[in-house]
Amino acid sequence: MPHIPLPEDLPGISSAFAFRPETAKPLRELAHVLLHEPNSLSPGERELIATYVSSLNGCYFCQTSHGAAAACHLGDAKTVKQVHADFQQAPISEKLKRLLVIAGQVQRGGKDVTRSAVDAAREYGASDIEIHDTVLIAAAFCMYNRYVDGLATWQPHDEQMYARMGAHLAQEGYKTPSIAPPSKG
Amino acid sequence: MAFRPETAKPLNELAEVLLHAPNSLTPGERELIATYVSSLNDCYFCQTVHGAIAAAHLDGDEELVRCVKADFGQATISEKLKTLLAIAGKVQEGGKHVTAADVAAARAAGATDVEIHDTVLIAAAFCMYNRYVDGLDTWQPHDEELYRQRGKKTAREGYITMSKEYLPQQNRTPQGA
Repeated sequence: MPHIPLPEDLPGISSAFAFRPETAKPLRELAHVLLHEPNSLSPGERELIATYVSSLNGCYFCQTSHGAAAACHLGDAKTVKQVHADFQQAPISEKLKRLLVIAGQVQRGGKDVTRSAVDAAREYGASDIEIHDTVLIAAAFCMYNRYVDGLATWQPHDEQMYARMGAHLAQEGYKTPSIAPPSKG
Repeated sequence: MAFRPETAKPLNELAEVLLHAPNSLTPGERELIATYVSSLNDCYFCQTVHGAIAAAHLDGDEELVRCVKADFGQATISEKLKTLLAIAGKVQEGGKHVTAADVAAARAAGATDVEIHDTVLIAAAFCMYNRYVDGLDTWQPHDEELYRQRGKKTAREGYITMSKEYLPQQNRTPQGA
């Protein structure tokens, strides 16, 4: 049961967004800029970074919904599973592997990011903005994950629901709700 | 922030709503939560600037800010704020660390649902801001007077106004590079 009375039948962060629209607005906009807007990193790559950090933080809702969005962008759910399990063995670019290393360091703490990890990413072609955005995506998911779990939001284990949410996120982005509130007739 | 205005905008708006906009928790109380979490994350810049903003809201009481960071249980703050700081500390460790008992204690001390929500989100947000600042290895000058002056100004004017000092203003393009 959630720690505070959140709107029923809305899962994860959707319920917190409905509870407090004033904070939902910048939180949605941040996710939209980081994950959906045009960028030299593809949306699929950025969703993989978000999914990976969410799995390190053990947040079921975030890793499953963003994993579904990544799978939609990539047209391939298997790669998402491989990144989860061991990204070094996954069929992704060397550049993305280096960025995932940085993201994992950010998840532990900002000071854990090493000069050599940044140099390695640059060596494989990562631009300054790509490194910046990787750090901020990883940091942002250390926020979103804590928000979702810190309120003990409802996180149903329903693959179909996450697949629908992932399709919405991949197509529409983050400015509008990815799941409809329960119908009120 | 100045490097990437597209992300700076929602980051400043989030700080404005959480820390500066009207709320049943005072700006000083909310800045203390931000300062405490930033000190747990050992982010020098964030704990110093938000500590200065907190002090500016609290009649310049820098000693109180130091007490909250060192041992908030002994600080001269309300019982309600102590229970909220306990929740914030749990969020810093990880979302799942927050227990029903932590939340019940805050409620028993008079915290509302929105106050509990905002405490969780302030703590979570500073787990982002702190990682962003340290993860990019930003320049963090050690100059107390500089933070004190900036703290006073931010306390007065808020985060969106302050951001105008370093963000391009006219017709910012909405999309990333």
